Amino acid sequence: MQLKAEHIDFRYNEKSPWILKDVSLSVEEGERVAIVGPSGYGKSTLARILAGYRKPVSGQVLLDEKPLPGKGYCPVQLIYQHPELAVNPRWKMGKTLTEAWQPPKELLDRMGIEPDWLTRWPSELSGGELQRFCIARALSPKTRFLICDEISTMLDVITQAQIWQVLLEESEKNRLGLLVITHNITLAQRVCDRIIELPRLNKDL
Amino acid sequence: MNENRRSLLEARGISRRAWIAFVIVCASIYLIGVFIWGLLLNPETYAVHYENKFLAPSLAHPFGTDFMGRDMFYRSIKGLSTSLVIGVLAAIVSSFIALFLGIVSAVFGGWVDKLVNLAIDLCMGLPHLVLLLLISFMMGRGVKGITIAVAVTHWPALSRIVRAEVLQIRSSQYVQTAYRLGVSPWKVAVTHMIPHVLPAYFVGLMLLFPHAIMHEAAVTFLGFGLPAEMPSIGVILSEAMKHIVTGKWWLAVFPGLLLLAALMFFDAIGENLKKLWNPSSGNE
Repeated sequence: MQLKAEHIDFRYNEKSPWILKDVSLSVEEGERVAIVGPSGYGKSTLARILAGYRKPVSGQVLLDEKPLPGKGYCPVQLIYQHPELAVNPRWKMGKTLTEAWQPPKELLDRMGIEPDWLTRWPSELSGGELQRFCIARALSPKTRFLICDEISTMLDVITQAQIWQVLLEESEKNRLGLLVITHNITLAQRVCDRIIELPRLNKDL
Repeated sequence: MNENRRSLLEARGISRRAWIAFVIVCASIYLIGVFIWGLLLNPETYAVHYENKFLAPSLAHPFGTDFMGRDMFYRSIKGLSTSLVIGVLAAIVSSFIALFLGIVSAVFGGWVDKLVNLAIDLCMGLPHLVLLLLISFMMGRGVKGITIAVAVTHWPALSRIVRAEVLQIRSSQYVQTAYRLGVSPWKVAVTHMIPHVLPAYFVGLMLLFPHAIMHEAAVTFLGFGLPAEMPSIGVILSEAMKHIVTGKWWLAVFPGLLLLAALMFFDAIGENLKKLWNPSSGNE
């Protein structure tokens, strides 16, 4: 399987400047690719376009040469930078975790999710704890590509290490493609096979 | 709730949520009690008795009697009950208008949104009392006029709240994520959106009651509302004005307090529901 972006152009409306211009890239299954670049270069926008949250102004995102499905489970899943915004504050964590699938006990153990957290409200957990839920929620077998948009930036080092350990194992085991968006070049070198610098890709900018 | 009171309650093993629930139940009992009592009240209890004119409050007449010798206690109960009926009608009609307009404008956006906002601004820009007087007068005054006027003018603020809530949740990351996780739009609406909008909607609904009742009383007080022979808080207060200078204080004080209590209880229900629904206070 292959996730491919072809000649993506994006801007918010006709008067605003281009954020992405003619961006093309592809990720193979099981491959781990980092996208690095300074703030404001459209890394997160690209992540949203690749996961189907936003439509590009022109160009297309292809999964095995086909457009991303508009409804149903999307095989390209996005994990956000701020987990506290990505969970419903009115749901207990157990409900959030199982919204799409039932993660096995073994995965929860490896993610460091305590059984006792499942009955808590999101406001009672820390950012790092919530992020583990967001990742476990997206690791269904139907997920083929996982886009990680600065997922570990605000976490402590131990949590970071633990989370990346699990993601790498999952990527090995299920041939899951990872697209890692980060500021942290050391992390990119450590985790990924290939590093793409967005400013170079973004031709007109 | 201040810290002292909170720790006092906790010391007795009463959780804050239990206390809030207690306040809501008490307030509801008062309001529903007055409402039903007034509906079932025998008109004989507040009939005219010229031999009992202007009696001060006593055990036989706890709120005293007026210039026609009518018992003010029963008249006030009946009057408040009438106000509550109008309040309920207004709340139902206005909240449906608000829910419909709020959701439509948030979901469709574009010119629909502009049109709804224009209507909201138009209604809010006019002084509410003037709008009420105009509509009540146009509809032929009396019970019909005041009821329609109060019912169709209380939606703008609530529409705005509903619209803002729907807009906010629609663009939230967890709703967007739910769609990408393959959850159907219908299920997202039921499990994510409705539970999000409902608390604000109900709180808005509860806080709408006191407004409606106050406005009914105010328009009636000014003489554009309910007819003088019908017991209502507005009529009672406007009659009391004529006699207050001659020292008949009880004509205004007790019905006024009854109205005040009803308004404060509605407010207490609304405010406490808000607290009860706020998930960050789940364990208090």
